[in-house]
Amino acid sequence: MSTPEAYTPPESHAAIVALAKSVAGCDSLIVSGFRDNVRLEVPPAASLEALRKLRSHAGLDLLVDLSAADYLNYPNAVHRYGIWYVLESVETGIRLVVKTWADDPDPRVDSVFDVWRGADWMEREVFDLFGIVFEGHPDLRRILMPDEFSSHPLRKDYPLRGDGERHNFHALSREES
Amino acid sequence: MGLTLADAIAPPDGSGHECQWTLNFGPQHPATHTTLRLVLNLDGEVILKATPDIGFLHSGFEKLGEHLDFNQYVTIVDRMNYVSPVANEIAWHHSVETLLDIKLTPRCQMIRVIFAELMRIHDHLLACGAAALDLGAFTAFLYAFNQRELINDINEWATGQRFHPSYTRVGGLQRDVDDDWIGRVRSFLKGFPAAHADICRLLNRNRIFIDRCKGIGVLTREEAINRSATGPVARASGVVRDLRKNRPYLAYEAIDFDVVCSQDGDCLARYLVRMEEMLESHKIIAWAIENLPSGPVNSNVDDRMVLPNQLSVYRSIEGLIHHFELNMTNRKWQPPVDEVYASTESPNGELGFYIVSNGAPEAWRARTRPPSFIHFSLFPHLAEGHTVSDVAAILGSLNIIAAELDR
Repeated sequence: MSTPEAYTPPESHAAIVALAKSVAGCDSLIVSGFRDNVRLEVPPAASLEALRKLRSHAGLDLLVDLSAADYLNYPNAVHRYGIWYVLESVETGIRLVVKTWADDPDPRVDSVFDVWRGADWMEREVFDLFGIVFEGHPDLRRILMPDEFSSHPLRKDYPLRGDGERHNFHALSREES
Repeated sequence: MGLTLADAIAPPDGSGHECQWTLNFGPQHPATHTTLRLVLNLDGEVILKATPDIGFLHSGFEKLGEHLDFNQYVTIVDRMNYVSPVANEIAWHHSVETLLDIKLTPRCQMIRVIFAELMRIHDHLLACGAAALDLGAFTAFLYAFNQRELINDINEWATGQRFHPSYTRVGGLQRDVDDDWIGRVRSFLKGFPAAHADICRLLNRNRIFIDRCKGIGVLTREEAINRSATGPVARASGVVRDLRKNRPYLAYEAIDFDVVCSQDGDCLARYLVRMEEMLESHKIIAWAIENLPSGPVNSNVDDRMVLPNQLSVYRSIEGLIHHFELNMTNRKWQPPVDEVYASTESPNGELGFYIVSNGAPEAWRARTRPPSFIHFSLFPHLAEGHTVSDVAAILGSLNIIAAELDR
């Protein structure tokens, strides 16, 4: 991560950063940037409120991307999981990355399902592959892996190679199918 | 265990319909083209609820992206949307080059533009042709595939591979194009408008095709934005957003073209937007092929980011050292410990990669923002209230590629 105190966001984002800082619990949020990305690090307790406000007051109406990464053993990482929201304004084209975090043993963040319906499947995918629970999501089930699957394959402690998970699946009888 | 598929496909309660039944659509069904499954709760023929069930083609691409280096992963990336493979490669290396801060040479940028637009035509031909095929218009599909063959030949001439070329490299291309290739592109450009007109004549005023598409699967502008739709699907709903214009990358800033939009938001609008976009792509290629800059195709060799050419590896010690440095497992690139999101306008919509880097030549996390995945999540919203026969029209108009959907 580039050092946050050395970074000042470009002028186009100044109003948005000020708006985000006005949300309760976000007054000390970390603003950072890399190449053309401007990032806000919002604590998970305030993330839903901050994102809601960014949509309604800053015009960031398009949720371009929502996903997560596992920062287990990542250099200088403080939290285990990082969740990012890439937002964009269709009118002005301004783009902003909002990041929040979650930790073991019970990683959870608030769902933005009510703010953007586009978050539906993206949150399900993160839940499936990382095991991060999105509170308030009405239909949080696995999406890529089958329901019987017991682990979360994109976590860093899930190996690339192995014997597979076949033993977790029992053969269906004709009555069950 | 939390919610399961069985909970999701349960019929809606209290709807008061007497003759409800459930229909399994796919995973093996001609109209799904690949493997995806829909569970439809029907009242007679009317869809009350549609529940997509995906993951049949999940092959852990993003996990592989964490273990293959920036050049190796390109072979996986072009298997995502295999209908426009080079567009995926360009998107992947666009993100990697943003991370490494590499400036491409003008010639490389222009060749990538030509390939990106050829892929757009390639993808849209399949999308429109297959949409027509699903609705019973077989001939348009064959006309479209004739042209796709020519683009495959162009791929082969430049890269040696027809379908999964793995053409781009960090900071450059696998190899430069030659004059014969330029001739092939020119001859394709010459023949394409007539073939495009043939398809238009078969479909645009075809009463059956229009009746099955018009007013079906309407996506309003508000819903398109709310549900993260991008690309032709969003533009058919009146969202004027094209990353080639909004956030120009490669050489698009210098090129004159129009963004095609419609306000109807139905299946016909999506078809028409794709057909028009092909003509815009044709215009871009025609300009780019005549204005192809000369010069090197790989960025500055001294930066030690791009593989040197074969001659300098075999005939100079610097080239040999350089080659080793980019191939030995303990050398390669040293990206900054940071993360970046960069995206391109792929034929299907916004294709972006969020790369988290820990300083190693492999990504710590290589997140794909797949347009097919997000567009397929629109399906229940679009299909509800329509009949079973409209499922084929809606699926065709969204152009779902299952390999990209499941990765």
